[in-house]
Amino acid sequence: MSVDVRIPTILRSYTGGTKAVDASGDTLSDLFTDLDSRYPGLRDRLVTEQGKLHRFVNVYVNDEDVRFLGALDAKLSEGDTVTILPAVAGGAAS
Amino acid sequence: MLRVDREIIDAIVAHARRDHPDEACGVVAGPAGFDLPKRHIPMANAERSSTFYRFDSMEQLRVWREMEERDEEPVVIYHSHTATEAYPSRTDVGLAAEPGAHYLLVSTRDPEVAEIRSFRIAGEVITEEPVQVIDATVDGMAVQSYKFGHTPTMVDYECRA
Repeated sequence: MSVDVRIPTILRSYTGGTKAVDASGDTLSDLFTDLDSRYPGLRDRLVTEQGKLHRFVNVYVNDEDVRFLGALDAKLSEGDTVTILPAVAGGAAS
Repeated sequence: MLRVDREIIDAIVAHARRDHPDEACGVVAGPAGFDLPKRHIPMANAERSSTFYRFDSMEQLRVWREMEERDEEPVVIYHSHTATEAYPSRTDVGLAAEPGAHYLLVSTRDPEVAEIRSFRIAGEVITEEPVQVIDATVDGMAVQSYKFGHTPTMVDYECRA
């Protein structure tokens, strides 16, 4: 499935500054693998060593948070837009 | 340096006071590339915690898309500390993901006086910066005759360091 991926500012160093790229995959996990093949290192910013979506990265398929769609198993359809946004979080707790 | 309207600073402090003892959080958007914070957007703290904050993921998507449509960027990202100083914690530094933003910290630990400090956070490096509060109710042209220090229109909050 060919999808449009929106890259957040902090990850554009991997894509040569580009903020929207095309990629393919039937699931989000496949999509990240495809992205990583062209932009090495990108997958490690999104997926942990345990193979889960990073806790402080938000990913959306169209208007939905993928955490409600099976996270890395989320299914993609032709023409979907996948948006990646690092969570905005923090606080006094260390 | 962070240059910001008095009205916006007042609104941010009011938001922090309202949400106390939970941490308050939000954004001030401005036209992309101008470093001018203009549009205050208080956000919900999805954690509703006195020591942690996180933007609700759907609200963040809506706000980020809206900024894109308006050709804006997040100029200021702010949050409050409710029992500690207005200085970025290790958590704040580890999670800072907008290298172009000014990270504004407000401490509401004192019920009378809010501490307000601003920082740049890039990589794991914190750089404090002065906050210049602009009071638009006074004639802006009066500033021209003053170069340093306090003026009717601008008050510089210098760094502690």
